[in-house]
Amino acid sequence: MRTCTPRGTTAAAVLALLAVLALAPCALAQNNGQNEGQNTDSNASEATPATSESPAPANDATVESGRDAQASDEPGDTAEAQAGADGESEPGADTGEDEDSTEYAATIAELADASYPEKRDILNRLVANPNAHTPELLTAFADNRLVVRESDQRVFVAAEERDETYVLRDPITFEAAGKAATRDFEPVRTNVGLRGSIESGQAQLRLQAEDAETRLAAVETMTEKLDDAAADALRAHRPEENDDAVLEAIDRALAINDLNTGDNAAKLAAVERLSGDFNQMVYNRLNNILLLIPEDTEDRDQAQLRAAVAAEVERIDWWRGVYDQLETLFFGLSLGSILVLAGIGLAITFGVMGVINMAHGELIMLGAYTAFVMQQLLPGHVGLALVLAVPAAFVVSGLVGILIERSIVQWLYGRPLETLLATFGVSLFLQQLVRTVFTPLNRSVSAPEWMSGQLHFNDMFALTENRLVIVAFSLAVFAALILVMNRTSLGLKVRAVSQNRDMARAMGIRTQRLDALTFGLGSGVAGIAGVALSQLTNVGPNLGQAYIIDSFMVVVFGGVGNLWGTLVGGLSLGVLTKFLEPHTGAVLAKILMLIFLILFIQQRPRGLFPQKGRAAEGS
Amino acid sequence: MRHSNHGPVLTRMLGDTGSLIFVVVLIALTVAVPLCNVYLPEASALHVTDYTVALIGKYLTYALLAVAIDLIWGYCGILSLGHTAFFGLGGYAMGMYLMRQIGDRGVYGNPVLPDFMVFLDWEHLPWYWHGMDLFPFAMAMVVLVPGLLALVFGWLAFRSRVTGVYFAIITQAMTYALMLAFFRNEMGFGGNNGLTDFKDILGYELSADGIRNALFVASGVGLLLGFLIARFIVTSRLGRVLEAIRDAESRTRFTGYRVAYYKLWIFTVSAMLAGVAGALYVPQVGIINPSEFSPIASIEAVVWVAVGGRGTLYGAALGAGAVNFAKTWLTGAYPEIWPYALGILFVAVTLFLPKGIVGLVSQLRRRMRRKEPS
Repeated sequence: MRTCTPRGTTAAAVLALLAVLALAPCALAQNNGQNEGQNTDSNASEATPATSESPAPANDATVESGRDAQASDEPGDTAEAQAGADGESEPGADTGEDEDSTEYAATIAELADASYPEKRDILNRLVANPNAHTPELLTAFADNRLVVRESDQRVFVAAEERDETYVLRDPITFEAAGKAATRDFEPVRTNVGLRGSIESGQAQLRLQAEDAETRLAAVETMTEKLDDAAADALRAHRPEENDDAVLEAIDRALAINDLNTGDNAAKLAAVERLSGDFNQMVYNRLNNILLLIPEDTEDRDQAQLRAAVAAEVERIDWWRGVYDQLETLFFGLSLGSILVLAGIGLAITFGVMGVINMAHGELIMLGAYTAFVMQQLLPGHVGLALVLAVPAAFVVSGLVGILIERSIVQWLYGRPLETLLATFGVSLFLQQLVRTVFTPLNRSVSAPEWMSGQLHFNDMFALTENRLVIVAFSLAVFAALILVMNRTSLGLKVRAVSQNRDMARAMGIRTQRLDALTFGLGSGVAGIAGVALSQLTNVGPNLGQAYIIDSFMVVVFGGVGNLWGTLVGGLSLGVLTKFLEPHTGAVLAKILMLIFLILFIQQRPRGLFPQKGRAAEGS
Repeated sequence: MRHSNHGPVLTRMLGDTGSLIFVVVLIALTVAVPLCNVYLPEASALHVTDYTVALIGKYLTYALLAVAIDLIWGYCGILSLGHTAFFGLGGYAMGMYLMRQIGDRGVYGNPVLPDFMVFLDWEHLPWYWHGMDLFPFAMAMVVLVPGLLALVFGWLAFRSRVTGVYFAIITQAMTYALMLAFFRNEMGFGGNNGLTDFKDILGYELSADGIRNALFVASGVGLLLGFLIARFIVTSRLGRVLEAIRDAESRTRFTGYRVAYYKLWIFTVSAMLAGVAGALYVPQVGIINPSEFSPIASIEAVVWVAVGGRGTLYGAALGAGAVNFAKTWLTGAYPEIWPYALGILFVAVTLFLPKGIVGLVSQLRRRMRRKEPS
């Protein structure tokens, strides 16, 4: 009946209102006299279980109905459910439940004047014998929202409103229990330790969840705050568990529990069982033992345990070192593959054609914006939009590239410095164009599901899928480009023109058309790189600028005119940067790489893999 | 271009009509603007406001930077896309001097340490800040630091014959690296915010009218001297060698000239001029921060030269003035349009005006002359 009471939160109010509208006739009929007295305490007692001594029969009905109809935590749902329940509830629940709930209510009532150890005990009892609202109750407890009314020592769940009033709820049924001034209440205090136990208790409740991942998370939370009750609960749950990962986590928790509380033999056995487990909690616990037992202990058992633990910690440390290096290598390859992607288009326009295209970064940016637009066009199909964005970006950037070549670059062949300036003008123009069309704000392109997870090898080593996908993608783009250059007639003609333009024309190749196509190919690849980059950074008008200098560095480092050089150059620069970073910090690593490149170019002006033969002479 | 390598130095340097006009106009400007600012009443149509004085003063320093770039690009074919690095270094040297002049008037009142160092909890002045409170020493640094960087960088580059586009790209990497480095607080140059809140120069308050005009005159004189030095170089025998290198590097080398040393020498001189320009720029603008090092700024400076006309020196100065005037006007009136205009300008100049404004003028004159006889 209290459904009609206005609620604190707007959403709940709206839902409640809907419920009220739907049930208005019956609610009104039953509610007549009560609306006036809503805010007084006297009202609250009618529908709530009073004290442990005297459960009124009407209460049980309410508790029952609340429990049956109520599966979700939503206050709004509660309102609706209870509105329904109010309409149809009939006294007469079965007695077993009745006893349980009586005991449950009594346990809660004890909270009013319990000491911290007692509170912990109460908590364990509540968790051992929960009702549908226990998770909510524990949440309220952890948030310090449980209060005791000073006048009669009754416990409520309170939500503070403005003007120093509480909106009260019953701790058992979570039905609304009116409003009251805060000064009449005393909070049920918690401390850090108790909140830890509450968390563990909540986890224990979640052990029953349907979803294996929730159960796994629950076990992990419990492992962090292990006590006997939690260990018992895990032990009790173990036989019913059928998920391997959860079983493993339970075994780990039990072993850690043995490490904490068992005798020496049990501890040794636990160390044995935990061997090869790279979990962070295990590592912390083992290190803890090392700290607790002095190195020169007299006790032989202790010394033996210490030796076993020390060996295990050393082993984990060694593996950790290995995995750290592997991870750095992966990050390096991931950065390197981005550099390759950004540079590979330039390897064609600059490397093969000899055109300095300063607008290359902006062609990448256009690709990234194409991905953004595709996602706007296909709302709800994040992955599909991204896949379609790859050819779309190739076309968009490729066409823009051809336009640039036909309108500007073709008049400037053989004058690289002028080309550089003119294409830089194009880059400014494109940037401002994007700013005008899409606003200067950064846009984000969302990641599809198959790119947002982690590839989990073990607790120490996991690779993010989006980076894996991008590494694979850049290798695929590279392979496709190599095929085009080496196995198609377009590639053959491109190479012919870059080696000897006049002879190629004499053989009947239409060099002008080919120049446009080659430039378009390089630009299109830049667009594809933009789609990949949109998965790593925000898409903004300045996206391209961040990569232009890097791209040139990669191409020059690898050796102009050599696609393989770009691949090797990009990957090795990426790996080198990532291995420097832990020692120097990101910015300094970047500066050092630039200095390295400047010195490198001065030592080997033609890059890692210089082009040999007649083609190289002209440049 | 006709060259008169003989005869008195002045006739040699100012024998060219364009140069002569430029020098006369520059001197007139340097004298007239402060006079119009101080002596004409504000109501007068010819009165120059304080703001305009500072603005034209800034253009003059840009013009000096453009002359420095034209000296290497127009006469020796070295395209540096990192010349604002030298400009910025000169500016920072001046900024350090001005910073030390603040003394205990900073927010934290520390007599030795600049505010940002107190903020970072530093206890001692870093070694490279010592001596910067002495004006002559700081001015020496304005020239020496960019010069030294250019010397080392150029030696590495020219010795191994890094030329053309490759040189452009590594100079860009150099200024990019410097920008990243100066953004770091640990470098001791104020990080992101750079150096600012200056109070005095040589004991005079920076915001005073007299000092603003004095700085303006200094910029004018600086540009004039820079122009004359550059002009002296390019009209000397050395200048002829530089042009030979520009037009046919290998042939010059085979003729027996040590191309690398010539390039290194002119590159270093150009960097020093750029440093002086930076030092004149900072007190008039009142701030120096790492964005001065950004590669874009360098490319923009190259465009001034291209717009004005490469290989004439006065054309470069003219281009710097014209482009920056357009920038000030457009960013004020139509801020959205400026990047478009700049972009189109880049393209248009390279495609249609390969010799810049100066080339356009002489082309028009030639056309007029051809018409006259008929």
